[in-house]
Amino acid sequence: MKELFKLFFIFAKIGLFTLGGGYAMLPLMERELVGPYLSKQDFLDVTAVAQSAPGIMAINVAILTGYRLKHTPGAVFAACGAALPSFVIILLIALFFQKFAENSVVQRIFMGVRPAVVALIMVPVFNLAKSAGVTLKTVWVCVAVAVAVWLFKISPVYVVLIAVLCGVLLSKKERVQ
Amino acid sequence: MIYLQLFLTFFKIGLFNFGGGYAMISFLQNEVVYKQAWLSTAQFTDIVAISQVTPGPVGINLATYTGYTASGSVLGALIATVAVCLPSLILLILAGKYLFATRTKFPAAWRILRLVVIGLIASAALTLCNAENFVDVKSVLLCAGAFLAVWKFKRGPITVLLTGAILGFLLY
Repeated sequence: MKELFKLFFIFAKIGLFTLGGGYAMLPLMERELVGPYLSKQDFLDVTAVAQSAPGIMAINVAILTGYRLKHTPGAVFAACGAALPSFVIILLIALFFQKFAENSVVQRIFMGVRPAVVALIMVPVFNLAKSAGVTLKTVWVCVAVAVAVWLFKISPVYVVLIAVLCGVLLSKKERVQ
Repeated sequence: MIYLQLFLTFFKIGLFNFGGGYAMISFLQNEVVYKQAWLSTAQFTDIVAISQVTPGPVGINLATYTGYTASGSVLGALIATVAVCLPSLILLILAGKYLFATRTKFPAAWRILRLVVIGLIASAALTLCNAENFVDVKSVLLCAGAFLAVWKFKRGPITVLLTGAILGFLLY
């Protein structure tokens, strides 16, 4: 039981001190976990599986580390720990923000923030393109997905399902060759 | 009823979201803004902004905030947050080892998914380019400036959003 709470607090600390989620959490996780809890190789495996699985990467790392150390209870405690700080902080902001959202100063501030958010989302499209393997030959996939979801409002769920299906078939074909 | 809808929506997002926080924005937009109409585009953009400047995984921040705003209660926030984590909790406990093997077994699937993630992030940005977020030419310039600051000059999201906040206060 003591170890479960320890897992909970380690991940609560990781959750509290990372901004921007996912990849930003990895250095802190490495410092907290590698050595006393995981070997370096374990940590790399955990990260790779966390990235491969659906859902929120940081939570996935918590689940896998917790599971490796203390099985299912460990996974649950670690995941709750990682989620709790942001849950509490966002809840407080939601309670507070909705009262002040009508305020004219707040509205002016957010008129400046909104275009900046759009820019923040655009940047990873360009930053990640290279490591995702975007070339002149493959860029049509990205464009097709963007147009389907943006203009035709096709649910990303279907897009992901179709992509997985095509990928599995293509992998089989490549193996035959 | 709203609780069941919140649970199902966020469970679905947790199950099908590959590619982290930014790709999740596109899933959320589709479900929360278009299908369920729980939030307006402007509200949605505000949530994304708040998620960027507060600690913790962006996905959790988005789930908690949407759950609270859509239901007006802490229970709604809790249900959305649990629901978004639940699919990977179940999946990783049951099939963590197998999932890792799919990377070598179906390499083409992962190659395509990586491309899809880029497309999804692009669609999230494009969808936010609307009249609610861009009220005049000043907002277009703000967006271009923010893009350069992050992309070219490697500024962090907090610096950029705070600068946007100050400029918004001064300009409008």
